[in-house]
Amino acid sequence: MAKAKSSKPAGKGAGKPAGKPAGKEDVEDLLQMYEQMVRIREFEDKVNELYTSAKMPGLAHLYIGEEAIAVGVCEALNSDDYITSTHRGHGHCIAKGAAVDIMFAELLGKAAGYCGGKGGSMHIADQANGNLGANAIVGGSAGIAAGAAFSAKRLGTGQVAVCFFGEGALGQGLLYETMNMAQLWKLPVIFVCENNMYNEYTHYNETAAGTLAGRAEAFGIHTEEIDGQDIRVVNEAAKRLVERARKGEGPSFLICNTYRYHGHHVGDIDRAYYRPKEEELEWQQRDPITILADWIIGQKLSDQSVLDHIQADVRSEVARGAEFALNAPYPDPSEVDTNVYA
Amino acid sequence: MSTPNGNGRVITMGQAIKEALAEELRRDPTVYVMGEDVAEAGTAFKVLKGLVDEFGPERVIDSPISEPGITGLGVGAAMTGMRPVVDIMFGDFSTLIMDQMVNQAAKIHYMSGGKLKVPMVLRTTMGATRRSAAQHSQSLHAWFSHVPGIKVVIPSTPYDAKGLLKSAIRDENPVVFFEDKMMYQLKGEVPEEEYIIPLGVADVKREGTDVTIVATSSMVQVSLAAADKLAEIGISAEIVDPRCTFPLDKDTLINSAKKTSRVIVVDEGYERYGVTAELASVIADGAFYYLDAPVKRMGAMDVPIPFSPVLEDLTVPTPDTVFEMAKALCGAN
Ligand SMILES: Cc1ncc(C[n+]2csc(CCOP(=O)(O)OP(=O)(O)O)c2C)c(N)n1
Ligand SMILES: [Mg+2]
Repeated sequence: MAKAKSSKPAGKGAGKPAGKPAGKEDVEDLLQMYEQMVRIREFEDKVNELYTSAKMPGLAHLYIGEEAIAVGVCEALNSDDYITSTHRGHGHCIAKGAAVDIMFAELLGKAAGYCGGKGGSMHIADQANGNLGANAIVGGSAGIAAGAAFSAKRLGTGQVAVCFFGEGALGQGLLYETMNMAQLWKLPVIFVCENNMYNEYTHYNETAAGTLAGRAEAFGIHTEEIDGQDIRVVNEAAKRLVERARKGEGPSFLICNTYRYHGHHVGDIDRAYYRPKEEELEWQQRDPITILADWIIGQKLSDQSVLDHIQADVRSEVARGAEFALNAPYPDPSEVDTNVYA
Repeated sequence: MSTPNGNGRVITMGQAIKEALAEELRRDPTVYVMGEDVAEAGTAFKVLKGLVDEFGPERVIDSPISEPGITGLGVGAAMTGMRPVVDIMFGDFSTLIMDQMVNQAAKIHYMSGGKLKVPMVLRTTMGATRRSAAQHSQSLHAWFSHVPGIKVVIPSTPYDAKGLLKSAIRDENPVVFFEDKMMYQLKGEVPEEEYIIPLGVADVKREGTDVTIVATSSMVQVSLAAADKLAEIGISAEIVDPRCTFPLDKDTLINSAKKTSRVIVVDEGYERYGVTAELASVIADGAFYYLDAPVKRMGAMDVPIPFSPVLEDLTVPTPDTVFEMAKALCGAN
């Protein structure tokens, strides 16, 4: 693995959001998206703090920097639509409607957590909000998402399924078997590739031959590549693809170019050997939260005090959530062999 | 006991593994290492850090996240003149490579009437209590041990890891080498000079007279700690490490059982249908007339490994649980 060349942060993808002035409803949507991105950011900052102060068992993979993708996509979904998530799953989970206190409880292995403490950071599932689970096997949820789409189609529910994965999952054969079937059978599934350019500590140029888009295009799957830092771009693309899926037009592949600000996991502090500091700084210039805030303010859709208020509210919600989890009891030892079979 | 009488040089298990690889890469130009993040990152556990500096990216090769691919490529390369060392980051990902290992690697020599062979090593990890939850904590060595054509090494000390890995690389068969990820920092004496340890030779890690504890991998360390506690109450435990689940040194296990008349088998794989069952049966068969009690088994609890520390810690044998089992078996109270 050669040291990665600094890549330009400007998303390769086109997909400029329409320049039309926003109506009242749009403003509410935008503020909602802003709030959700801030919620993820604040949550993750707190996770990092819990890790570094040795209050959280194990590791966590932070989503900071990539918030526009989870939120932009999930805001285009209904709460009964399905998602499948990854090892870097906190963002997807929050974006799909999870509560931060219950998430913290799960991360700390407490009984009050979404999975009773059995799953932890890499396995949170929130069935009530359509989150079929984070997955610690790279690419491991491709089949699950397609299966959910298959159910929706068979049962005629009109639901769609979104499969989130990192570009590293493009190395997994299962993804291609699944894409083939999804297209053959016109399943309402959207494959969302979060291309943050690194498979752990290796640049994707060294692990993926050809183009990313070409992979899905080979199956005749509708493919779009977009700037994953601009939530308005992401959200518009997602709405388009969700509508296609609901109309029975089949699967799609959405490549979102993005960047993770932190290490591969919370313990990955010394990163210079695999990605240059300048690249990290450059990408932080295109922060998804700032981009949306600038748009909202620039278009005079709202003012800074409103955004500040949102931020302050979310911050105290997150602080309360963490506090709740820290004080919550661990599961009873008798839980260890429950839930093995249904 | 093959405990090194070396010069007192102490290194970690991780360093021992890296040394074995470096020596074999130096000795044999057909050896290569391939896996996810094995080069600059030196694996997710940083065990191979620096290896690529000496041997270059042509021989220490970062791969895409394509476990079946790198395994299959290893099988093919092994059949045609190379000696691959394939790195599968977590043993849990064994599930992804099973066709390549079980239907291809294991059977090719036999199916070809001995014409083809697959001299490859698959290094992977095992072991719980790292708070890594259900998909990153399993010990799946029993799966490979079940399949004729595959050898399985499961070392418990830096010394054993180094000598056995060198043998594994020189072996003419597919060998799966299981490293407990919780033991990479474990220190032990490893001599400067080169040595190899043949596959299929057990090692008595501690001699004793009252009870035999057959243990594998990190369970050897757990059992040694239990033996210390047992000694305090006057029970002398013998710790036997088979070091490989196949080839299996049945004689050493059986002889120890004959000597002590009481046996516990401790292994971190799932208890049911697992390594402990096989070893217990071998011992029961071979030492039947000498045994004072049925052979006892201790494995991982038969549940997916939970994340929560309070639950996870219940799923694996500990010095305390092994101590209690041995005490009960010896009729002490
Ligand atoms: C099948 C499998 N192989 C390897 C791993 C170890 N691993 C965890 S995350 C990761 C990198 C994933 O990269 P990517 O898919 O791009 O996601 P990102 O971490 O960048 O979000 C790897 C190799 C795994 N969890 N599953
Ligand atoms: Mg990535």
